[in-house]
Amino acid sequence: MDAETGIGASVLRKEDARFITGKGQYTDDISVFGQTHCVFVRSPHARAKINSINTDPAMAVDGVIRVFTGDELVEDGIGDLPCGWVVNSKDGSPMVSPPHPPIATTVVNYVGEPYAFVVAETLQAARDGAEAVEADFDILEAVVDTATASSSTQIHENAPNNQAYDWELGDKEATDAAFENADHVTELDITNNRLIPNAIEPRAALGSYDAASSTYTLYTTSQNPHVERVVLALFVNVAPEANLRVISPDVGGGFGSKIFVYAEETAVIWASAKVGRPIKWRADRSESFLADAHGRDHVTKAQLALSSDGEMLGLRVKTIANMGAYLSTFSSSVPTYLYGTLMAGQYKTPAIYVETQAVFTNTSPVDAYRGAGRPEATYVVERIVETAARELNMDPVELRRKNFIPPDAFPYQTPVALEYDTGNYAASMSKALELADSDGYAARKAASEANGKLRGIGYSCYIEACGIAPSQLVISLGAGVGLFESAEVRVDVSGSVSVMTGSHSHGQGHETTFAQLVSDRLGIPFDSVNVIHGDTGRSDYGLGTYGSRSIAVGGSAIDKALDKIIAKGKKIAAHMFETTEDKVNFAEGQFSYEGSNEPKPFAEIAGAAYIPAVYPLDELEPGLSEKAFYDPKNFTYPAGSYVCEVEIDPSTGVTEIQKFVAVDDFGNVINPMIVEGQVHGGLAQGIGQALLEHGIYDADGNLSTGSYMDYTMPRAADLPDFEVDMTSTPCTHNPLGVKGCGEAGAIGSPAAVMNAITDALGVKDVPMPATPHTVWETIQQGA
Amino acid sequence: MYSFNFRRASNIEDAQQIHQSSSDAVYVAGGMTLIPSLKLRLANPDDVVDLSQIEGLSAISSNDGVVSVGAMARHCEVAATSDIPALASLASRIGDAQVRNRGTIGGSLANNDPSADYPAAVLGLGATIHTNARAIAGDDFFVDLFETALEDGEIITRVDFPIPKRAAYAKFANQASKYAVVGVMVAETDAGVRVGVTGAAACAFRLTSFEEALSANMSASALDGIDVDSSDFNSDLHASAAYRGSLVTVMAKQAVEQLAA
Ligand SMILES: Cc1cc2nc3c(=O)[nH]c(=O)nc-3n(C[C@H](O)[C@H](O)[C@H](O)COP(=O)(O)OP(=O)(O)OC[C@H]3O[C@@H](n4cnc5c(N)ncnc54)[C@H](O)[C@@H]3O)c2cc1C
Repeated sequence: MDAETGIGASVLRKEDARFITGKGQYTDDISVFGQTHCVFVRSPHARAKINSINTDPAMAVDGVIRVFTGDELVEDGIGDLPCGWVVNSKDGSPMVSPPHPPIATTVVNYVGEPYAFVVAETLQAARDGAEAVEADFDILEAVVDTATASSSTQIHENAPNNQAYDWELGDKEATDAAFENADHVTELDITNNRLIPNAIEPRAALGSYDAASSTYTLYTTSQNPHVERVVLALFVNVAPEANLRVISPDVGGGFGSKIFVYAEETAVIWASAKVGRPIKWRADRSESFLADAHGRDHVTKAQLALSSDGEMLGLRVKTIANMGAYLSTFSSSVPTYLYGTLMAGQYKTPAIYVETQAVFTNTSPVDAYRGAGRPEATYVVERIVETAARELNMDPVELRRKNFIPPDAFPYQTPVALEYDTGNYAASMSKALELADSDGYAARKAASEANGKLRGIGYSCYIEACGIAPSQLVISLGAGVGLFESAEVRVDVSGSVSVMTGSHSHGQGHETTFAQLVSDRLGIPFDSVNVIHGDTGRSDYGLGTYGSRSIAVGGSAIDKALDKIIAKGKKIAAHMFETTEDKVNFAEGQFSYEGSNEPKPFAEIAGAAYIPAVYPLDELEPGLSEKAFYDPKNFTYPAGSYVCEVEIDPSTGVTEIQKFVAVDDFGNVINPMIVEGQVHGGLAQGIGQALLEHGIYDADGNLSTGSYMDYTMPRAADLPDFEVDMTSTPCTHNPLGVKGCGEAGAIGSPAAVMNAITDALGVKDVPMPATPHTVWETIQQGA
Repeated sequence: MYSFNFRRASNIEDAQQIHQSSSDAVYVAGGMTLIPSLKLRLANPDDVVDLSQIEGLSAISSNDGVVSVGAMARHCEVAATSDIPALASLASRIGDAQVRNRGTIGGSLANNDPSADYPAAVLGLGATIHTNARAIAGDDFFVDLFETALEDGEIITRVDFPIPKRAAYAKFANQASKYAVVGVMVAETDAGVRVGVTGAAACAFRLTSFEEALSANMSASALDGIDVDSSDFNSDLHASAAYRGSLVTVMAKQAVEQLAA
């Protein structure tokens, strides 16, 4: 292994050279001959009946080629945008999924929902055309508020009480019994604020149809091009799967929002055949605010039962989750199987009961956003644990230590379905406390107080389930897809290697991490590995990148294909050594045999596979290319301890994070620098949620925070220097011992920040985001 | 954006001439406010008249106790001056680097955004706004929300700031936009103590109760117990009127403390 580029080395990211010199190829950078432009006509109303749409004035605009309405898609057999995970209610009935035509036909249900689109020679003409479309609406009363949605006017005909489902998990009776026997019950009502993803690259699509071969090619900003393809083919009926190629070139961030199958790419690829020319669409930033699926938006009541000495006995959680106007692609799984299943946290709590009511409102659809369900779960568990400690006058660290699942209890079956494979929670806690200099806290607090400032400290010990996911488990829970991953390792004649992966990189650095894995295992130079992804025409299949699954599932698939390459290499080498394959050893890029003092380098074996002069052709096919599909046996369970220290200026309400420590256990780490970068990004988003970001609708369903003038994206200057470190308990069930690191920072940090703020203010709760205004008002209420 | 004619004026008369002969014209300076509104199709002028090539319009000079800032002086240029540190400091905190590299004092004042910073400086320092037609006392310039004393087509040419004995600007910035939620300029000038407040109300104003208290005693504690009437203050997503009212005092005190430092 090359220490500079192998597993464990902080190799600089290959892909950054092209990204930072403007040489990336994003969807909007791609133009094809004959291309036209598309603009969507979006609803100005949160809820309205469409009486009529007059496209004639738009057709009269110079340069406009075609104007489409939703009816034309329906007439052509284009189906609804599906939700791919069926969640059942307590009574066993399946969730209610209201009709969701890509282009609205009879009603519009959120501001920004498209009801027509214009294809024109130029973007300017398409804009003019979109403005000229006339629609007659009956404006209806809109439902906006999460907490009261189920008692508000009914939005969808098939969804009484605006309810999608009323789901439960855990043992209700055992939990009730735990509460009956408890010495103390802590109650906490909290909200998890709506977030708007804001990837740096807005969504875009370029669809073209080749009449000669009856094939469609869709370039789009997808985190999972194969899923995009199968959904468009199988459910939306755009084209047979074999005739549809989806390419996700360089993609500038997704955070979940680019997992989903949206109206825009559906419309563009479908219409490209109708128009007979390629069609391009790229969202404006203002459009992204409305048209990308949002994140979070929960209202929760939680209760924790404890013994007088702080033993956690039972947890009850009742959540209302806002789904927005329709069920987006994976939305139903987020506040259920990615949420309720995490309520044990790092603790031995024996009885847990979780209920989630998913409700519709006239707001943009809500779906997975960095962490997806797990930040919400951590927020509930870690806020209520800290609150309980305060109520019992216990040190929150001690209360946690007392309840941690001990290292010798793994594998550990939680009362909420998951079986944790490994972990050492006390170890990361100890390391975090050391880095946080918790001993010096009292003096720092006194110094703040002397300056008229309030100081607080907060902890958060998160766990998450990622490396998504064992296929049969998730299918049994309602998922419409398997969640394995595919890989192909193609060794070239010269011994260089192309890796086709079903994972998709939109900022994660796979081209580097995966190349490190391959170069390390094959003992070949890092630079001779080329990682190819994001093209259904080049990778066999793939489920894409989300749920911190790329290294744990995608990497394991590559590892499995490498096993096959090495096994075949041994056979070839054995033939050349004139021995049997069990006597051939492979290490550091060399095939060796005890009976020979001349080891054969990997490239020589590759050469022999393609120029089979000395080769067992009667037993072995020529060539050296192997495929593998890897289906994980379990989720992986990254966990960590975060400590946040804040100082608040009571005169302005401004919170300053003075210290933020994150100690994570990601198991084995391929590239520590990339992992640290992922943690930094996650922390920025989690701290953004805690202090800055908030998607707010007014009473009529207009998005009040629809631009950067009002929606606060975290900037570097808003964030402290992070102190980041790691502990490691390698995953026990995947070949690399890896767990995944993409979401952890966003999962663990909001609770740490809010625990620190409530500690500083001496209050039970402050609603997120804790903006200066909110903090100031909290202080005024107490005064 | 809708199409428009881009007209580059070579001098002030030319600019005004183009403006007058057009049925619907608008001047563009740094474009930091105008261009976003054009892009969002909120404005649809026939002619956009560019002031950037007019000679001398961006000059900054300092003579006889007056700093004279040309209308086309960009925020980054004002931030680099030294004769009125409080003014330079204010300019250095407008928006972000990109905005400061384009936005101009003339554009900012003509626009009269209720959250803009310069209005606090104009009132706090007792500046005079010069146009192609006249000189307007700062105190008479800001009329209402986005409304100024400028006549249609009138062009700001420069702003004269008398150099104060000492002055300081305290700003509480909106976390998202970086505009002022509340900004307060406190200055000790030859004409007495002046306090200019921006962000709090429909447009910037002088706070005479603070001016009187600070004239008697230039210390933060002099402001204790003075009630700031916030009943007409702005109330929006980011700050209630009461919060703005409280911030006016907090920012004024910060400015006074900086003065003393
Ligand atoms: C992201 C962002 C953040 C910002 N943050 C702040 C902030 O923190 N504080 C702050 O004060 N401002 C802020 N601004 C505003 C910015 O500083 C500019 O001052 C402002 O946009 C106007 O200046 P401009 O030169 O860009 O004018 P333009 O956009 O070119 O013009 C604005 C208006 O003024 C008129 N005009 C321009 N020049 C003249 C003239 N000489 N005579 C008569 N009329 C004229 C134009 O016709 C137009 O109507 C921010 C802007 C942005 C985009």
